[in-house]
Amino acid sequence: MTLLYQNRQYIRNNIAQKREDRRTNEQFRDITIETGIIGRAEGSARVKIGDTEIIAGVKTEIGKPYPDSPSEGVIMVNSEFSALASPDFENGPPREDSIELSRVVDRGIRESKTVDVEKLCIEKGEKVWMVFVDITIVNHDGNLIDAAGIGAITALLTAQLPKINEDGTVEREEFEGNLPITQIPVPVTSGLINNTIITDMSKDETECSDAIFTVTTIENENYCAMQKAGPSELTEEQMLKIADIAQKESKKIRAAIKTAVKKHKV
Amino acid sequence: MTSVKIIPKKKDTTIKNTTEKKNTKTETKNTEQSNTIVLPGDILVESIDFLTGHGTYREGKKIYSKILGILRKKEHVISVIPLSGTYQPKPRDFIIGEVAYVGYSNWRVDFGHPNSATLPMSGVPEFIENGADLSKYYKRGDLLFAPIESVTKNMIIQISMKDKRARKLFGGKIINISPSKVPRVIGKEGTMIAQIKNKTGCIINVSQNGRIWIKGDNEPLATRTIKMVEKLSHKKGLTETISQYLDKEVKIMDTPKSKDMETQ
Amino acid sequence: MASNVPEKYKTLIKNNKRIDGRKLDELRPVKIEVGVVPSADGSAYIEIGNTKVLVAVHGPKEMFPRHMINEDRAVLNVRYAMLPFSTSERVRPGPSRRSNEISKVTRHALESVIFLEEFPAMGIDLTLDIIQADAGTRATAITAASVALAHAGIPMKGLVAATAIGKINDKLAVDLNGPEDNFGQTDMPIAMISTNKNITLLQMDGDFTKEEFKTSLEMAKKAIDPLFEAQKAALQKYYE
Repeated sequence: MTLLYQNRQYIRNNIAQKREDRRTNEQFRDITIETGIIGRAEGSARVKIGDTEIIAGVKTEIGKPYPDSPSEGVIMVNSEFSALASPDFENGPPREDSIELSRVVDRGIRESKTVDVEKLCIEKGEKVWMVFVDITIVNHDGNLIDAAGIGAITALLTAQLPKINEDGTVEREEFEGNLPITQIPVPVTSGLINNTIITDMSKDETECSDAIFTVTTIENENYCAMQKAGPSELTEEQMLKIADIAQKESKKIRAAIKTAVKKHKV
Repeated sequence: MTSVKIIPKKKDTTIKNTTEKKNTKTETKNTEQSNTIVLPGDILVESIDFLTGHGTYREGKKIYSKILGILRKKEHVISVIPLSGTYQPKPRDFIIGEVAYVGYSNWRVDFGHPNSATLPMSGVPEFIENGADLSKYYKRGDLLFAPIESVTKNMIIQISMKDKRARKLFGGKIINISPSKVPRVIGKEGTMIAQIKNKTGCIINVSQNGRIWIKGDNEPLATRTIKMVEKLSHKKGLTETISQYLDKEVKIMDTPKSKDMETQ
Repeated sequence: MASNVPEKYKTLIKNNKRIDGRKLDELRPVKIEVGVVPSADGSAYIEIGNTKVLVAVHGPKEMFPRHMINEDRAVLNVRYAMLPFSTSERVRPGPSRRSNEISKVTRHALESVIFLEEFPAMGIDLTLDIIQADAGTRATAITAASVALAHAGIPMKGLVAATAIGKINDKLAVDLNGPEDNFGQTDMPIAMISTNKNITLLQMDGDFTKEEFKTSLEMAKKAIDPLFEAQKAALQKYYE
């Protein structure tokens, strides 16, 4: 359902003074991270940011490496806008949004070298592990990118590699060690609404935003992926401000991810 | 492994319990106040002396519920008041809709239903000459509070602005609640909505399609309160609960600068 | 049915107990929760043993695609999907021949109880996402679907629940789990209406004698009652 014109006006006019749910401009909604929710997956996580809810699952397969990187495994992040969360799925699916979501999360994980792909090589040029992270959106109340990014990395951190039998087949119920993870990239998305910077926008807020900027940060506070979306321009100061917020907020989120993973491994 | 917390511990509610409850309720004559929840397929009564009301169907002697709701018996009519569901338009219902399209001789008004409503040129109080620019009266994006005049079988819905309560809504915002909760938000003889209006000082318009228009400085409190009514709609003593909640919240707002505002 | 049965699954019944300790006529543990997808008009989450399904209902609403509109009644659009991580081998996202067929039989399993004629030209969207599969996904999805439909306020003659009757080690058993389904002889998913126990879905593959088929139907009629109770309890609990 699209936002009523009047509500759009209302949010835009009032955003500088107050957000609908009484948050401050840079404040996230409550985040909950659960792990180990799908027994069939090698790793999994459920992430809730307010009413937004996603499930991420990791599956592995043995495949052939790409010819230009014969000794590297493959990592792929894929997200589906399930009809579950969106009443408008037959209405011409929001394909662009869905693809952008996948790609932004994928880049955050790939570009930060989160997964040490060389360690995923089983037999050079012949056999490598292919790691798939699949994300399903259960409920959409904005800021899917951050929820998906948190879910993807948490699922990867808890994932285990299945055992390979002597005959080369995969033993699905036994595992040999964890995935080689080197980084914890965390995306933080802020937007511009009527010249005010707003972090972790709800669905309604996103619908009346002018620009959206996602900044993914790794542990040493460097940035590893960015994406600017939305029709309007951003000034240099605004971009830097949003990048600052991302540094600050990602720290808290990373700590929460670590706690969830630690709890999982106990 | 951390376990899923999706399922809260379930009390062993067996269906026996509920049927028993139902039986005792039907025995006591005054079922007006009972809050028995019934489900599709539940047998409500087995007798030809009763008539099927809203949300029920008959098969032989038995009257069944066809929806999830609360059982009501009034004289010889058995009906079920829905606890959920989308809005189905009826004549004389007031709806809040957004002007989606301005035509040559009418307006198309979206009110969150698959079929939008039509406001004909003849449905406004002013006399409009043929060929006049209708957007002078109502333009795209305007919000209208208006009664449904007619609904045909194939869902052609007409509204009118001639009713004296009908009006264009300026400013403010709209919140959505489940249409089945509208009667609760209004309350008996309007008591619930009256107290929300009084204590928040907001202007509030409730429409049958579940859209509520709120205008005033205390709009966030009014919104939270209405959402609370929606959530607790089937609970008893709700008017009192809400009254206490409002008193508490209004007090907090009157004390200068709460803590979380300072940390900002 | 598979020719190379692993040693540990050769004996599926021992002393009248199944590999997970159940009796032959016993269902797996059932959990149902209502209202798990706030943005939907109705929703339910169900776990039957290790099979986990999320169901959402949107509507009655505008019907898409437009050329499928029926002017006399609502159209029930069912989309059944196994999520990529729901099974041992990753499932490629998007519809498959299998998921299309299941969507269709599920639609038929539910359509007959819904008063579709009350919503001419509209559509009711039903999404069934299998989060984790361990046999009986369609039956589990149907059981959850009718809860989600009731939660959405859709008028129905009654609830529909479904389970499966199978044959393992030459014995009839209720509600097969993964290994029983894979290495047993017969699987027969079956859906029934709460009010009259009429059957709205039945599929069978494997091997049944006429007598076994008859007995299966009787078994299903009995076995399905706890599912109806779980459905009702979940809906009532939501409004407590």
